[in-house]
Amino acid sequence: MKIDRRSFLSLGVGAGAGIALSPLPWKLTDDLSIWTQMWPWTPVPKDGEIRYVNSVSTLCRCGCGIKVRKVDDRAVKIEGQEGYPGSDGSACALCMSGIQRLYSPTAIRMPLKNTGTKDAPLWQSVTWDAAIREISEKLGKLRKEGKPQALACISGSDKGTVPALFRRFLQAYGSPNFMSMPSYEDAYEMTLKLMHGTDSAVGFDLENADYVISFGSGILEGWGSSVRMFKAKSAWKDKKVKTVQVDTRLSNSAAKADLWLAVKPGSESLLALGMAAVIISEKLYDKKFADQYTFAFDSWKDAEGKEHRGFKEFILENYSLSYVARATGIEESQIVKIAKEFAGASAPIALCGRGQGNTPGSVHEFMAVHALNALAGNINQKGGVWAMPKDDYIQWDEAATDGIAEKGLETPRIDGAGTEKYPLSKSLPHRLAAIINAAEKSPVEVLLVSGANPLYSLPDSRAVKKAFGRIPFIVSFASHMDETSEMADMILPCPSHLERYEDVPTPAGMIRKVTGLARPVVRPQYNRKNAGDSLILIAKALGGSIAGSFPWAAYEECLEKTFGDKWKTLKETGYITEDFSPPYWDAAFATPSKKFAFMSEVCAGAEKKGGTGAAKPEGEENTFPLLLIPFDSMRLACGPVAPTPFMMKTVSDHMLKGKYTVVEIHPETAQKYGLKEGKNAVLSTPKGEAEVKVHLSRRTAPGIVAMPRGLGHSGPDEYISGKGSNFNELIAAVEDPVSGLDAAWGIRAKLVKA
Amino acid sequence: MSAKEQKKAKRFGMVIDLDKCTGCGACMVACMAENNVPFKKDESNKLDSITWMRVFKLTNGKEYPDADVCYLPRPCQHCEGHDGHSPCVSVCPATATDYSRETGIVSQIYTRCFGCRYCMAACPYHARYFNWWDPVWPKGMEKMLSPDVSVRMRGIVEKCSFCFHRYQRAMDKAHLEGRRELAENEYQTACTQACPAGAITFGDLNNPGHAVYKLKQSPNAFRLLERLGTNTKVYYVSEREWVRRAGDNYLAHEKTGQVAAAH
Repeated sequence: MKIDRRSFLSLGVGAGAGIALSPLPWKLTDDLSIWTQMWPWTPVPKDGEIRYVNSVSTLCRCGCGIKVRKVDDRAVKIEGQEGYPGSDGSACALCMSGIQRLYSPTAIRMPLKNTGTKDAPLWQSVTWDAAIREISEKLGKLRKEGKPQALACISGSDKGTVPALFRRFLQAYGSPNFMSMPSYEDAYEMTLKLMHGTDSAVGFDLENADYVISFGSGILEGWGSSVRMFKAKSAWKDKKVKTVQVDTRLSNSAAKADLWLAVKPGSESLLALGMAAVIISEKLYDKKFADQYTFAFDSWKDAEGKEHRGFKEFILENYSLSYVARATGIEESQIVKIAKEFAGASAPIALCGRGQGNTPGSVHEFMAVHALNALAGNINQKGGVWAMPKDDYIQWDEAATDGIAEKGLETPRIDGAGTEKYPLSKSLPHRLAAIINAAEKSPVEVLLVSGANPLYSLPDSRAVKKAFGRIPFIVSFASHMDETSEMADMILPCPSHLERYEDVPTPAGMIRKVTGLARPVVRPQYNRKNAGDSLILIAKALGGSIAGSFPWAAYEECLEKTFGDKWKTLKETGYITEDFSPPYWDAAFATPSKKFAFMSEVCAGAEKKGGTGAAKPEGEENTFPLLLIPFDSMRLACGPVAPTPFMMKTVSDHMLKGKYTVVEIHPETAQKYGLKEGKNAVLSTPKGEAEVKVHLSRRTAPGIVAMPRGLGHSGPDEYISGKGSNFNELIAAVEDPVSGLDAAWGIRAKLVKA
Repeated sequence: MSAKEQKKAKRFGMVIDLDKCTGCGACMVACMAENNVPFKKDESNKLDSITWMRVFKLTNGKEYPDADVCYLPRPCQHCEGHDGHSPCVSVCPATATDYSRETGIVSQIYTRCFGCRYCMAACPYHARYFNWWDPVWPKGMEKMLSPDVSVRMRGIVEKCSFCFHRYQRAMDKAHLEGRRELAENEYQTACTQACPAGAITFGDLNNPGHAVYKLKQSPNAFRLLERLGTNTKVYYVSEREWVRRAGDNYLAHEKTGQVAAAH
């Protein structure tokens, strides 16, 4: 057959149509896409037996009860553990992404010794024996020189067995310088000491409250036990419990509250006192409580017949409605309305501690807010604020001390806590840097750091870095590299939070005792030791009374013996709880009068007429016309643990863009200083400067710069490091005159186009 | 599908209470961990950041202190469109995405996708994401990958599947136990389970026994861009009028909840 042009074309068209109508092209496309996806570098996760292991995550401050999904011995997913007190079935974003920390390549696998300098560390791996030997030799020498007090310790917390072991070690060694990282719990503890006379932790019966006013507390930003707060907030909505948020910036807590009171920065306590004045003048306070169970509510005469002014008169004289309205920026009618609503509710609760509560705050501010709870008679009541006894499951014998230790323990604390200046405070680590930097020779010669990252978390972190550079020997007990470990001379690696046993004490604000047990979820990956084990080894190497104070062979034995009969239950159920019913008012207070004290003698003179109680931000208004305030977010970890790669994915581009922190300013401020949305600017404060990007937002008032906390880590990996700036580099501590605690809530700042 | 089968068909969907959502990001993290979502060194460019579940921030545009913000979690909306003609399914040349009449879930079959990204252009919700790069897990971190969800590679599109593997797992279990129906709590998405505020409710929108059935009937319930006729299965609830208005484009005189859908 002759193929002419016509038949060739017909054939071609026919073949084309035939192929198009057949499944061939579709099959080929399908196959092609499959073939082109078979690359050896695309991981194929192995299947295996699925199991769930319950534990408690220690990454966040409160400890979320978790359930870890495992495929063979791999942990693949963390979920909330149903029934765990507080977090019940949920976990915060940090704890939920904890597996990324478990399998992070930045995990420290063996003891590391810095053979370089502090500025340019050179890490050399050493054996455990060599590491323990070197540390104990250093410590032994210090004691021989009669300077045991030159040993200091910074611990992430002062609760639980691991911090208790460190405290015990220092005691046996002869140093009073055990410090724990600060939080709002310290300020509450002091408030209860002054107003209740008891040494207790604060508890909030949030679930039964029927009116909630928060003075800057980030109910939805991670304050308290974060997951419990979320659950409480949703329950309040369902029960139509009114929530009021007092905040300068429209925080998430403010946005979700029924009412946001946008106060002038730093005037939160003034609003509380203004409300108190309304409640008193309108006689809306709990008369029974005020008359029978409080001291000096009314003016009184002492034994010598001297007249003393009562709280009632003090408030009425100094906090007139017009003054408070002017100073806070809240209308008089609004203050009266809120005060009346608060006093009229059957279980109103007032909360304090700004943001996540990482900075303690002014004790007067806490007292002002707590006074509202007292006026409402909602102390130790259902739906109120309770003074909770502290955890007491650690009942070890007193550590043995020899002559050297006793001498060392008599020396005053380096940070000034418990000294004449600040007799009430227990630990003031934020004061350490300035003291070391001012001294000719660092008073701290050996520093142990456990469960904390002071180089990142303490205010004025540049000064802290300088101070740490002057400490001759730093030992970091850490599972992963962080800013503090980078400055250490020796790192003793701890197993990650999913590879070790550890007790998790009652989280902040709980109204029953809860002790959780973090347990190994997967087999330990590397040759690491729990901080408790390392400490026991060091103590044994030092010998004498120090070794004698550590009778346990290993940390696990210590844990087991500490819990005694309860250990078996704790190990089986993962947590133990103990209900608590607070004593009635007649037996609740241990002040000299055995009554609730609205005012304390300690504060006399410290408070001026009409004072706000809040600290004055550092800096001159002429040089620094703006006010820099931090804000916290659940999407960023602000504690010792850096955020995970998953968390960084959730961070909004209104908080971080590329390597720059994004700060919020009001459009008016932007216009005044010639700044534009998304453009770079230099933010400077009396403490430092940082290049940032600007976001115009009406969440903040004109004149304010709001900056997210939790960014600007210098390590440990490319997912976290070099992203944004650390707020702590820009702020300095402002000492609270009563407690010495850091009361800074902002600092004066300048923002200039970059 | 016979009429009887049609009646039995499920329409899995969500009702999200925007007044409860706190914007904490727990849903996003739970989703990433559940579905082997990759991560890069810089995730601040949101145009190429893969987040099956993304929490958007809405603002009311008012002046301080009348300003207000609201967070809006946005998973794939699993559009039913007109009889299963969801925007993405209609345009996919590779049948890599399909509408299941059995569950109402819009699937994404990674091995079929060849990355033309028509579906991304068609999706009015920006719920689909393209893998511009091969995913890289830092050394050792690939241990956290779940075998339930395939790991995707460069050049393909991915999106929220309403944790379909969880449905499969639950159905397998039910079949083993001789059941053909699931209880409401047997199949829940990872984000629903993770939300600490209890803002997300998941279930069969067709089943009067499921919580979502009632919740979606709230006068404050709305869907996103409803008038496009996408007939989505994610409902949002808010008592705030400005939030409901943010869900669609409204003319000044139009009120929410009163405008009929195009279809």
